[in-house]
Amino acid sequence: MSFFKELTKGLWKENPVLVLVLGMCPTLATSSDAIKGFSMGLATTFVLAGSNLVISLIRKIVPDKIRIPCYIVVIATFVTVVKLLLQAYFPSIFHALGLFLPLIVVNCIVLGRAEAFASKHGLISSVADGIGMGLGFTCVLGTLGCIREFLASGTIFSIHMQLWDTGFSIMKQAPGGFILLGLVLGGMNLLNMRKAKKNGGKYTPPADFDCRHCSICKISDEQ
Amino acid sequence: MNDTMKQNEQKNMPGCEMLVMSTSPHVHEGSSISKIMMQVVLCLLPVIAASIWHFRFHAVLVIFYCSAFCLIFEQLWDMALHQKSTLKDGSALVTGLILALNLPPTAPWWLCMTGCFFAIIIVKQLFGGLGQNPFNPAAAARAALLAGFSGPMMTWTMRAPAMLPPTVQKAAADFVTSATKHAAAADFQTGATPLGLAKLASGSESVMDALSTSEMYWRYFIGNTGGSLGETCALAILIGGLGLMFLRLIKWQVPLGMLGSIALFTGIVHAFAPELTPGPVFHILSGGVMIGAFFMATDMVTSPMTGWGSLFFGIMIGMLTCIIRIWGGYPEGVSFSILFMNALVPLIDRIFRPHPFGWTSTRAAGVQMRRGEIK
Repeated sequence: MSFFKELTKGLWKENPVLVLVLGMCPTLATSSDAIKGFSMGLATTFVLAGSNLVISLIRKIVPDKIRIPCYIVVIATFVTVVKLLLQAYFPSIFHALGLFLPLIVVNCIVLGRAEAFASKHGLISSVADGIGMGLGFTCVLGTLGCIREFLASGTIFSIHMQLWDTGFSIMKQAPGGFILLGLVLGGMNLLNMRKAKKNGGKYTPPADFDCRHCSICKISDEQ
Repeated sequence: MNDTMKQNEQKNMPGCEMLVMSTSPHVHEGSSISKIMMQVVLCLLPVIAASIWHFRFHAVLVIFYCSAFCLIFEQLWDMALHQKSTLKDGSALVTGLILALNLPPTAPWWLCMTGCFFAIIIVKQLFGGLGQNPFNPAAAARAALLAGFSGPMMTWTMRAPAMLPPTVQKAAADFVTSATKHAAAADFQTGATPLGLAKLASGSESVMDALSTSEMYWRYFIGNTGGSLGETCALAILIGGLGLMFLRLIKWQVPLGMLGSIALFTGIVHAFAPELTPGPVFHILSGGVMIGAFFMATDMVTSPMTGWGSLFFGIMIGMLTCIIRIWGGYPEGVSFSILFMNALVPLIDRIFRPHPFGWTSTRAAGVQMRRGEIK
């Protein structure tokens, strides 16, 4: 298995947020501005890479029955490391993220990758998978954060864009996060549809999609 | 089956003569979406006229922006989907007009544009277009704007005679800054709405009394007060709403349930705690209750199908509105409660499903449910 393939699959093809739809809680809660989104993403990347590394090392020693508690202990260790690091060197980010930093322990992406990938694969590909998934997570959070911050207060990374002062502050709150995430997911499906059609294939939506009322597929019809 | 037997059976079944169904061909009664929407626009005309009378060029501008942007977004969506234009069915125009009537008079063009985008694209078209949207587009757009742009959405401009009269301002001197000294100078000025004042002055009985005199009631009734474009004039809304009922476009149960429950609920609260909130007449005539009851809660797509269901729907909207108004963070809660109950409409339709003749519930018939079986 090529190292590079494991690294890049998390960015688009198996993106943890947009395709696997995992880790919704930190995605919606910490993407209210760009800095928070990126720092949360990078913290999770660090935890993912570290925990995947250790778990793939110990995967043959850990008894099958108690593997989940063992993984949680490993993940919690790395979360504590990243928490103390942020507290020491970036206290403002530490305070902005607040409770969501220790909550990385229960982030489904981290445990999901440990269970689904690192416990079955070797050291190198596990680390690549962790970094790739983490970067995919960071990209989504950063993008959502930039859009939400721009719409809500007219700034990106706290730099004022001089376009408007009265922002659409609902984008900074949870409803705006849900709406934007829905639109981004729709956009991603749209791109995949276009790609499938371009390659001559036909895009079939997943089996549990309710297509009775929605006609959005028609957007990708090229006439 | 011969004719006498048929007649006997019809005699035994009450209401049976209404259920006679012949085979095709059937005669079309001639209604269509565009016709219904044009009738709604017709019924909105008195409200529009009243808003233009009370707010002059502000109203004309906002109504023009909202209808134009709604039509533009509808057309753009149809173009993106390569489908036949749905402009002609008129639903976008109705959404635009109702949204405009829900905005403050000084709403700038970008506020109207955001609201129309939200109403048409996000609330209506992304859920599958007209007839598939679970939420009322105009109410959802108003709620989004209120949560998103609280500054411009809470600035109430009105003509000088519509300002709160000196008697009320005197009673409420602790809560609102008096604007009477500019009255002669400026044609339009910003001030508090009666509802906003009732929220601010919660706990002061003298303000509540000053707000609910018969002179103030008359002002609310003819619309000589501050507020959103279409919500101030109860008289015009009543004319349009009765027109809608007369044309059988709305179910009378929704407005009745809503107004009735508001009157009852605020009447009880006012009787026990007169310093908390003004009486029932104030609550029915002020704010968006009238336009919500007649034009927004009764939306055909987002209201329940049966009469009893509609009554329940209206009563619950009224209760939620009172709760938000009296104890909530916002002075007005009509659009929020309409949205909340819209979400429950599928459940209401399930509970108030009409039963076929001869139906008995499985429980009454003594049928035992198997374990794990969903009724």
